[in-house]
Amino acid sequence: MTILQEIAQETKAFYCLECGKCTGMCPVARHDPSYSPRVLVEEALMGLEGDLVHERELFSCLTCYACNPKCPSDVDYPLFVQKARALASTHGEHGACAHSGSLQALARLMAGSTVEQRRLDWLSDERVADQSDVLFFVGCAPYFEPLFEDIGVDALQPAKGSLKILNSLGIEPMVLGDEKCCGHDLLWTGDTEGFEQLAKQNAAMIEKTGAKKIVFSCAECYRTFKEDYPKYASLDCELQHVSELVADNIGDDGLRFGEVEKKVTYHDPCRLGRHLGIYDAPRNVLQAIPGMELVEMDRNREESLCCGTSAFTNCDACSKQIRVERLLEAKSTGADVLVTTCPKCQIHFKCAMVSKGSERGPDVEITVMDLVELVASALGVADEQRR
Amino acid sequence: MNGNGFEPKIVAFTCNWCSYAAADLAGTSRIHYPPNVRTVRVMCSGMVDPIFVLRALETGFDGVLIAGCHFGDCHYVSGNVKAQDRVESLRKLLYTLGLEEERLKLEWISAAEGGIFAETIEKYVDRLKELGPSPFRKEPAA
Repeated sequence: MTILQEIAQETKAFYCLECGKCTGMCPVARHDPSYSPRVLVEEALMGLEGDLVHERELFSCLTCYACNPKCPSDVDYPLFVQKARALASTHGEHGACAHSGSLQALARLMAGSTVEQRRLDWLSDERVADQSDVLFFVGCAPYFEPLFEDIGVDALQPAKGSLKILNSLGIEPMVLGDEKCCGHDLLWTGDTEGFEQLAKQNAAMIEKTGAKKIVFSCAECYRTFKEDYPKYASLDCELQHVSELVADNIGDDGLRFGEVEKKVTYHDPCRLGRHLGIYDAPRNVLQAIPGMELVEMDRNREESLCCGTSAFTNCDACSKQIRVERLLEAKSTGADVLVTTCPKCQIHFKCAMVSKGSERGPDVEITVMDLVELVASALGVADEQRR
Repeated sequence: MNGNGFEPKIVAFTCNWCSYAAADLAGTSRIHYPPNVRTVRVMCSGMVDPIFVLRALETGFDGVLIAGCHFGDCHYVSGNVKAQDRVESLRKLLYTLGLEEERLKLEWISAAEGGIFAETIEKYVDRLKELGPSPFRKEPAA
């Protein structure tokens, strides 16, 4: 059996009815008529490996899972894309990575590094412990900080806020000084080898700490640990996203929120929403904050629109259109703040607001915040300038 | 060559209008400088993408030099200012990665400064010998 046939079998692509529901649902296909998930699957089924791996469209998929629930044959299209990209990378195709692939390069540098990183310099009054049952996984925020500060992203806020929330619950978590990138971006751009290296290093490092529970503020890290790590490394820990942790601890004996007068709308990141099915926890948290009014966008929960790019690959005009579309949708709700739980959604939205040409386009300015930042200000523990 | 025999590998991105011409001048003036540097001509220091630097480190270079025109002299008015901003954030990235910030060097060298170009390379090679091989080197340093 060829690799392509194996992929088709594993992702159930053989069952494709060619009905085109995936293409109808695809946010990319709506803006780029030449893109069609169905056609790519068809190519694979016809055994046209040479054509498939060199398709620019193979890297256009947002892997947002919008198509999956609509498929009558239960084809796992994003997984198909993930595997086909890995195949493409053996043919020397790595897609047109955004930021010229700097973020993937950073991940590979981390994987091959022999020096300890200096990734915790930002810690100030957050309390962390050397030994604890709980580990907080910081993610790539220390790297995003210098890369995206010029578009107004304070990438460390979700990490700082999460630590403060954990502290408010009486937990002093561990944080790893030499934690590596979770490998999400490498996995989804076809570098399975690099991903495996990172997964194994992280798993070994975490195992050594003896942590029983890992808390994440990044939806992508969370998905990667939960769904992809078990295939490459064993890790016997409870995993939790910070929004779930907060939702579990609302109440008098847990977290007590002060008033925050804001009208907000919630954007489901695809990793937390459709990938893992977590829709209620973040909403419950927002509704529990007194004074806060949650309004829904037209497309929410399973129907939520993607932020336009994932794994920092193939960010093109189409990605920008999707972002503008989503921002306009958020604005039309009348909300003051667009809340999300994925740092990359935040980066992408803020980028769409400042990128060239937007001054001629529709007005898409809206405050974008991470859920953690709002919770931290409701608890009165947010950074001074953020309150 | 110093005692342990380590010869650092350097890649230099030099701008077409000033620093590359300076390297050329160093050559035509027969000024000697260590052969550890591979020079890459770019049209402007402002076009040096972060990936150039990261890729260089990934492929095993011990140091990266970006050289452009002095402020006010940029052929494209402000390319060198952009280069400076970019180097600043790149240095933060390298610091977080656990690397010495000096592995990325930024210098302004005009077309008339052949001697300064040679001197810069000389000093940089000495400094990199002190620092030792880059931790990202895949093959051991010769």
